[in-house]
Amino acid sequence: MEQKFITLFKEAIDSENDQISMDTRFRELDEWDSLAALSIIAMLDEEYDIIIDGNKFQKLETLSEILNYISENK
Amino acid sequence: MALITFDKVKISGLAACVPKNTIYNLNYSTLFDKESVSEIVEKTGIYERRFAPEGMCASDLCYHAAEKLIDDLNIDKSEIDLLVFVSQTPDYRMPATSIVLQERLGLSKSTACFDINLGCSAFVYGLSVIYSMMQTGGFRKALLLDGETRSRVYSPKDRKTAFLFGDGGVAALIEKSNEVGKSFFSLNSDGSKSEYIKMDAGGYRFPSSVETLKEKVVDEYGNIRSDEHGYMNGADVFNFVISEIPKDIKRILAYSESELEQFDYFFFHQANKYMNGYLQKKLKLDSDKVPSCIEKFGNTSSVSIPLTMVSSLFGKNYKNKNCFLSGFGVGMSWASCIINLYDCHVSELIEI
Repeated sequence: MEQKFITLFKEAIDSENDQISMDTRFRELDEWDSLAALSIIAMLDEEYDIIIDGNKFQKLETLSEILNYISENK
Repeated sequence: MALITFDKVKISGLAACVPKNTIYNLNYSTLFDKESVSEIVEKTGIYERRFAPEGMCASDLCYHAAEKLIDDLNIDKSEIDLLVFVSQTPDYRMPATSIVLQERLGLSKSTACFDINLGCSAFVYGLSVIYSMMQTGGFRKALLLDGETRSRVYSPKDRKTAFLFGDGGVAALIEKSNEVGKSFFSLNSDGSKSEYIKMDAGGYRFPSSVETLKEKVVDEYGNIRSDEHGYMNGADVFNFVISEIPKDIKRILAYSESELEQFDYFFFHQANKYMNGYLQKKLKLDSDKVPSCIEKFGNTSSVSIPLTMVSSLFGKNYKNKNCFLSGFGVGMSWASCIINLYDCHVSELIEI
């Protein structure tokens, strides 16, 4: 589950960074910008059928927090 | 629920006008590094835009589109009884621009004129208002003039919006016709999301002052704008679109007892290639049926749907084609409609 999520996350933001883990604070990544945010939102909709509210997404800092959000809202 | 049906009303002609002045996005600005600009351009799919030069207004673009249409269709101006101008970039705060256009186009004093202030949903909203008035039988011909100079609304120093918006104007002629069948509209609004796309100052809630004109850094990315520039929270808008638009489409399909497969064309508001592409994929639409002009004209707000129609239909065989139109944006406001083109005339795009 976690590995799959990391792969989907990296694909969405078009990154080959091997350092990305569940603890990564994704907003600090070089690859991160407002377009990357759209890609993650689209990925959550497509892969997990979850449409996340912008305000809620703003509060998420790490990949595990996104995954927690997914499991709480499934 | 704002779901409505009209009978025996049609668009009998459509014309569009854009400024000659072409902006090439890759060379537009030196404020941002080349790499991030090409990433923005690639992802949004907006390579070129048209900017109205100083002194040119949305109404000027509409005026030329209207004259082209009147000329092409050989319309007797005295038969135009209704003129509606839809825009959020009018000539003046008062009077209404539609009235300025009545005089300029040489229409009779017995023409009903008013403006509608809406953004990306405005073409569909405007059509619904005119269709409804036409159905009373009290009007012979109506003009829907839809123009925007969106290039002046946003800060060139705010990368969230600097590369997206362009200018254009369109004219649609609407008439009654006994040979025409039904058309269906769905109109929606959500004021709780008004902060998604907004221009804070310059109205009466937060009037224009020296303070509102001052440019300031507004976020951690160093984007700069004043309170009289528009702003947009792209992630929120994207979320809104991918959740609300498919729902609205389902609703109007059920209401009209039609199915996606029955349509020849889907004309969506041209927001950006990324969002439109995602919407198209989510709805599983064949790309041949979803014309686009985003790469050449950018996001022209309400003008984008009819501008896409003119630029993609001119010279093609589009008679009797079933069309699905959907506009969504600032408000938030969104509207869809199902119309048939019948014998609609589409004029060649003009430039001024």
